[in-house]
Amino acid sequence: MTDVVATNETILVVGGGISGMTAALEAAETGKQVVLLEKNPALGGRTAQLYRYFPKMCHPICGLEINLRRLKANPRVLVLTQAEVTGISGSAGDYTATVKLAPRYVNENCTACGACAEAVKTEVDNPFNYNLGKMKAAYIPSAMAYPQRYVLHPSIIGTPDAEAAKAACKYGAIDLEQKEESVEIKAGAVVWATGWQPYDAAKIQPYGYGRYKNVITSVEFERLADPHGPTGGKILRPSDGKEAKNVAFIQCAGSRDENHLRHCSRFCCMASLKQTHYVRENSPEDGKSTIYYIDIRAIDRFEDFYQKVRDDASVSFIKSKVARISEDDNGNPVCWGVNTEGYKRYSNAHDLVVLAVGMEPSVKGVAIPASIVADSSGFIEADPANGAIFGAGCATNALDVNRAVQSATAAALRAIQVVNKVARAEV
Amino acid sequence: MSANQEMAVRYKNNFLKEVEQQVEMGEWVKMCMQCGVCSGSCPTNFHPGWEHPPQEIFMMIRAGKREEVLSSPSMWMCTSCYNCIVRCPRKLPITHIMHGLAEYAYELGLAPKVQPTKNLSKLFWENATKTGRINELTFSLGMYFKDAEGKINIGQGIKKGLEMQKVALGLLKAKRLNLFEIFGGHKCKDQKGIHAMLAKAYALESKRKGRHVG
Ligand SMILES: Cc1cc2nc3c(=O)[nH]c(=O)nc-3n(C[C@H](O)[C@H](O)[C@H](O)COP(=O)(O)OP(=O)(O)OC[C@H]3O[C@@H](n4cnc5c(N)ncnc54)[C@H](O)[C@@H]3O)c2cc1C
Ligand code: SF4
Ligand code: SF4
Ligand code: SF4
Ligand code: SF4
Repeated sequence: MTDVVATNETILVVGGGISGMTAALEAAETGKQVVLLEKNPALGGRTAQLYRYFPKMCHPICGLEINLRRLKANPRVLVLTQAEVTGISGSAGDYTATVKLAPRYVNENCTACGACAEAVKTEVDNPFNYNLGKMKAAYIPSAMAYPQRYVLHPSIIGTPDAEAAKAACKYGAIDLEQKEESVEIKAGAVVWATGWQPYDAAKIQPYGYGRYKNVITSVEFERLADPHGPTGGKILRPSDGKEAKNVAFIQCAGSRDENHLRHCSRFCCMASLKQTHYVRENSPEDGKSTIYYIDIRAIDRFEDFYQKVRDDASVSFIKSKVARISEDDNGNPVCWGVNTEGYKRYSNAHDLVVLAVGMEPSVKGVAIPASIVADSSGFIEADPANGAIFGAGCATNALDVNRAVQSATAAALRAIQVVNKVARAEV
Repeated sequence: MSANQEMAVRYKNNFLKEVEQQVEMGEWVKMCMQCGVCSGSCPTNFHPGWEHPPQEIFMMIRAGKREEVLSSPSMWMCTSCYNCIVRCPRKLPITHIMHGLAEYAYELGLAPKVQPTKNLSKLFWENATKTGRINELTFSLGMYFKDAEGKINIGQGIKKGLEMQKVALGLLKAKRLNLFEIFGGHKCKDQKGIHAMLAKAYALESKRKGRHVG
């Protein structure tokens, strides 16, 4: 059984992305007890799946590294992975969360030697790479994974593959008897930081995502550019593995659209501007990017970043939301539309089309297992009716990392105030 | 003063307001964010006669290009395929606005003189409202024997009639066309009532929009 010591002076943080980690650390570093829950087998959330960060174009690894170091140094944070909240009851200062813990089948003895992965034959989709490419069913979620421990995919449990993995492990780290558990965790305040998910691009029917192989999403493009990704960092298009040199970016794919997400997702203009750097980095001689946009929303201090991309001769801008995409005989996606500057019709073939998909909350307001006020897109609103459950990061709005971290710090401060009050009452 | 002059004076330099108040669904025009999806989706876009795609028409309205918009053949080219409505991220009822603009231009006498859709619509309306039922025979004959400007043209009528002979025979066989319709054909019982109803509707509509009944 997993033992969790928690009281109503504990702060429960749900979601171990950059926002959840930040909130947990900020609270713990002021001396509070924190339990940090993450649904996946490793912390980091979606930022860990990015190749580089705007605006500085640094690798997300370094930001994550700093947070992980703070986390390892802090005995007041208890991290539980593969943990999902199924219900929250109680009120401010006195909550009880019911948490489902899925089995990892690998215990603390694991040294991440990788012998089990070699022994296992079954391959499964790799969610870290947004299912571009496969991985072994005994795996470490990513090179940066914390905890640095392997996982057995539940699909091989009870098969000879699981036995093979167990036999290969020299450290007695594989425990096939692990079962799903349910634990109750007490908390005075809850920080809800379950983050976001990319809007389902297949719902934007005229763009043919799912029908045309060379129409991909921006999150998939991050994986293609990453040296740790499925193509080793080469931007190869899915249909034939050809190097993609002429890349189109379609803005507001699913955002600012009454038929899809009503809100502007805020980060996707910057994400595409950033991704034009990847194209140039991959093909310095003849890489070409085309951004189809309604208007570019590079908010406040990002204007400089935008101007630099504007000045780049390898990037062109077409003021038009693409009406539809078709595919030519060579498997090239063709963008159809009308350019608002002059109202001229175009049909342009590209090697690859990247849909700058919008951001929606990964857990929609109504699906949060407690009564919470959320907006029409499902993002958590700051509302006194929420008691001491505070939204943080992309669970509250479409935000970039900088803003997500700010919002996490704010949520931590609110949570701290609640547990301080509980503590005072108990003296 | 003509209806056109009167409206021009009433709304002075505010064509957007004029469209909002006078054109069916015109109040939606200001919601357009100029994304271009409607124009890119329109199958008739850039066909001969389709001067301005819907997106451009909406921008021209905001820019106050009154004469250019109202005398344009563009909105008469709309086939009501509804592609634009389905895809518009702002849910503008584009098709209906196009028809609304066409109707308003016609009311003001600004619609293009030679416009097949306009002629067809006029013929259809007159035919259907006369008896309360459309008379397929007189309607098709009316189409064949009138030229693009709406004038009778016997030679053209005979030529077109011959071209369509096979179709007509098929329709006769299938009892979709009845030659006796030439003597008036099927009609509604209370024709007077229908005419009174239409006149009343027209008067109410004109009053609501502050137009003179003419
Ligand atoms: C293509 C692309 C490029 C981007 N590039 C940049 C960039 O260059 N710079 C930048 O600043 N921002 C960028 N962003 C935005 C950035 O990804 C987000 O700001 C960031 O991920 C927000 O972090 P978060 O912790 O709020 O959410 P997430 O990263 O989504 O983390 C949420 C965590 O909660 C976990 N979780 C979800 N549900 C549950 C549950 N029920 N129980 C427990 N845990 C749960 C998830 O597994 C996840 O680990 C980009 C986004 C995209 C799509
Ligand atoms: S489970 Fe065992 S074999 Fe697999 S990585 Fe860990 S220590 Fe190595
Ligand atoms: S940030 Fe840009 S691409 Fe994203 S929804 Fe807003 S305008 Fe569209
Ligand atoms: S699709 Fe809608 S919002 Fe876009 S230009 Fe057309 S009318 Fe305007
Ligand atoms: S309904 Fe009319 S304006 Fe709209 S796409 Fe079809 S033809 Fe074009």
